[in-house]
Amino acid sequence: MWQRVAALIVKEFLALLKDPKSRFVIVIPPMIQLLVFGYAATYDLNDIPYAVYNEDPGAEGRELLAGFRLSPHFREIAHLSHDADIAPLIDKREVLLVVHIGPRFSRDLATAQSASVQVIVDGRNSNTALLALGYVRSIVHRFNDQWAARHGQPKPPAQLEMRAWFNPNLESRWFIVPGIVALLTLVVTMLVTALSVAREREQGTFDQLLVTPFRPAEILLGKALPGFIIGIGEATVIVLLAIFWFKVPLWGSLLTLYTGITLFLVSAIGVGLMISSLAVTQQQGLLGAFFFLVPAIILSGFATPIANMPSFIQKITLVNPMRYFMEILRGVFLEGMPFLMLVDQFWPMAVIGGVNLTLAGWLFRRRLY
Amino acid sequence: MKRQEGSKGTLGEPSRGGRLMRLRGLVRKEFLQILRDPSSIAIAFVMPVVLLLLFGYGLSLDAEHVPLAVVVEEPSAETASFIGSFQQSRYFELVPLSNMRQAEQALREHRVKGIIYLRENFARQRRSIGAAPVQIILNGVDANTARLVQGYVNGAWEKWLELEARSNGVPLTIPVQVSERVWFNSELRSQDYLVPGLIAVIMTLIGALLTAMVMAREWERGTMEALLVTPVAIQEVLLGKLVPYFVLGMGGLILSVGTAVGLFAIPLRGSVVVLFAASSLFLLAALGMGLLISIVAKNQFVAGQIAIIVTFLPAFILSGFIFDIGSMPWPIQMITHLIPARYLVAILQTVFLAGNVPSVIWPNGAALLLMAILFLSLGRWKSHKRLE
Repeated sequence: MWQRVAALIVKEFLALLKDPKSRFVIVIPPMIQLLVFGYAATYDLNDIPYAVYNEDPGAEGRELLAGFRLSPHFREIAHLSHDADIAPLIDKREVLLVVHIGPRFSRDLATAQSASVQVIVDGRNSNTALLALGYVRSIVHRFNDQWAARHGQPKPPAQLEMRAWFNPNLESRWFIVPGIVALLTLVVTMLVTALSVAREREQGTFDQLLVTPFRPAEILLGKALPGFIIGIGEATVIVLLAIFWFKVPLWGSLLTLYTGITLFLVSAIGVGLMISSLAVTQQQGLLGAFFFLVPAIILSGFATPIANMPSFIQKITLVNPMRYFMEILRGVFLEGMPFLMLVDQFWPMAVIGGVNLTLAGWLFRRRLY
Repeated sequence: MKRQEGSKGTLGEPSRGGRLMRLRGLVRKEFLQILRDPSSIAIAFVMPVVLLLLFGYGLSLDAEHVPLAVVVEEPSAETASFIGSFQQSRYFELVPLSNMRQAEQALREHRVKGIIYLRENFARQRRSIGAAPVQIILNGVDANTARLVQGYVNGAWEKWLELEARSNGVPLTIPVQVSERVWFNSELRSQDYLVPGLIAVIMTLIGALLTAMVMAREWERGTMEALLVTPVAIQEVLLGKLVPYFVLGMGGLILSVGTAVGLFAIPLRGSVVVLFAASSLFLLAALGMGLLISIVAKNQFVAGQIAIIVTFLPAFILSGFIFDIGSMPWPIQMITHLIPARYLVAILQTVFLAGNVPSVIWPNGAALLLMAILFLSLGRWKSHKRLE
C-alpha cells in the first residue's frame, strides 16, 4: 500500500511543482511575507509626531516640554503660534497630538500649586490614541514627581510597581511574530490542498484516479501528505527565522511546538481537502479557501484578542483550528508552557482534522459528476 | 494575428456604433455567465455583509472586564479602599485569591491577566513612610492589551488618590493635570476606526476574487481562442469583463457602507459623493489587479494561488487598517505604498470620522487613480490577441 501512496505523492508533487509559477508562489512569497509582516505588524509606537503650542513664558512650561523632547517615543514636528494652526495639522495626520500649554501655566503652578496642560489627540486610530495618551501621562507623572519633591509636597500614599511577565518590555513583535507562523503555514497548506481535487475534477483526471485500484483512503493520503510535508518544511523555516532573525525567545520545548504544528497541519489539510472535494470547479475551490482563510485568520486572536470579542463570536472561534494553534505558539514561545498544560489546545485540532479528513474521503467517492 | 493593436488597424475600421454594439454584446455575455454561476453574485453581495458583520463585531481592541487576581495579605480598611477603586472600574473583574502562589498559578494558566499584590505591611508603610508599594504583575504576552491595562490601572490608582485625599480632608494637589481632548472619536471606540478600514479590506477581496479567475478560466477552457477569432479588440474583451464586475462590486460597496452606518452606527461625517468616488477608483484598481493576475497566470490554479497571497494578507497587515503605518520601519512604509488598500483606508477613516479633509482626500485619491491606471494598462499590455 505504501508504495502506491508514495507513487501518488510523487505525482502530486509533480503536479504542484511542474509549473514554475506555482513553484515560485509556494516557496518565495511566504518568506518575503514573514519578513515584511514581522516588521509591519506592530502596535508599538515609536516617533509619535507631535506639535507644541506653548503660550507660557515661564521656565516650567519649557521643563515639561523637555520631557517630551527627551522621550524616545515622541518626535517634535512643529511649533505653533496660533489656535488655528492646530486643526489643519491634525486633520492632515501630520501630527498625532498637539501639546498646548496655556499662558497662565507657570503662574498657576506657582500660585495655586496646580496647572493644567491640554493635549489634543487624533482619535481616528483609537488604539494609537490610547497608547499615545499613556505615554503623555507617564511624562507628566515624572514631571509631577520631580516638581513635588523640589517643592516639598508629600508623596502619594501608594506607589504602583508594574511588571510584565513573559514579555518584560511589552514588545508587540513578540506577540505578533509567533502568530505569523500560524498565518503563513495556514495560507500555504490552503494553497496546496484547497484547489487540488477541484483541479483534477475539472480536468477529468480525478475520474481516472478513481478507476485505478487505489482505495479512497490511499487517494486521501496521497493528497494530504504533500501538503503536510510542505507545511512542516515551511513552518520550520518560519520558526527558525522567528528565533534567529526576529530574536523571539523560545522557552518551551520543540517537542511541544512540533506536536502543535503537526496537529494544526492535520486540521488545516482536513479543511482544505474538504473544501476541495466539495468544490465542483476551481473557482468554487478558491472561493471556499477564501471563505475559510479570512475568518479563520481574523477570528484567531492573531491581531485582536479573542477575549475582546462578544460572546457569540467567541463561540464561533471554537471551531477555528487556528485559534488553538495561536495559543500553543505563544504559550510555547514566550511562556514556556509544558506539554500537559496545552492538552486542551491539542485535542480540538485533532478532532477538527479527523472529522474533515473523514468527510473529505467520503466525498471523494460520492461527488462523481 | 494582424490586428494585434485592435481597432487601430487598417483592416475594417469599425464605426463607433459597431464598437459600442460589440461591447454591449460582451457585457451581456459576461452578465449571463455571472447569472448562470451565481457564485459571483454571492461574492459581491453576500460576502461583504457577512464578513463585515463577523469582523465588525469580532475585531475589537477595547479590553473590558479584564480578570485580575487580587492578593491582600493583611486586609484592613486601607486595603479595602484601595481595592474598591478597582472594583468600580468596568475595565476589571477582580478575582480574590489568598496567596501569591495561587495567583501566580492562575496567571500561568491564563485564568487571570494580572495580579494586584498588597503586602502585609501595606497599611503600616502607608502610615509610616507615606508611600506603600503596590505590586502589579501583568501577563505581557499580548503587549498591546497589557499596555492598555497598565493605563487603566493608572486610572484606577489616580481615582483612589483623589478619594483618599478627599476623605482625609486634604485637597489633592496634582501639580500638572492633563486635560485630554480626543478628536473624531471621543469615546475611543476601536470599532469606529476598524469598521471603515474593514470596508477597504473586504473590497480588496471582492475585487480580486471577482476577476482573478475569469480570464484564466477563459484561457483554460479555450473560449478565449473563440473570442480571438471574432473581430473584437482585446481592450473590448477587457472592458467587457470589467463593466459587469464593476457594477457588482459597487453593489457590494453600497451594502457595506449601509451596514457600517446603519448597524454599527459609525458616524459618516464626510460626503457620500467623496466616499463613492474614492471607492470606485479603488474598485477599478482592485479589479485591474485581479485581471492582471489572471492574465499573467493563464491558469486558474496559479491565479487562485496568487490571489490568495497578494490580496488579503497585504491588505490586512500593510494597509494601516489595524497596524499604524507611521510606526513601521521606513523600508516597510515604502512597501505599503504599493498596496491600493492603504489609500482607501486613509480616505475611509477620514471621511467617516473626520469629514472631508481635502489634504487627505486629494493625494490619496490621486494615488488610487494612478494605481487603477497602472494595473489596467499593465493588464492591457500583458494581454495579446495571439496564441502561444
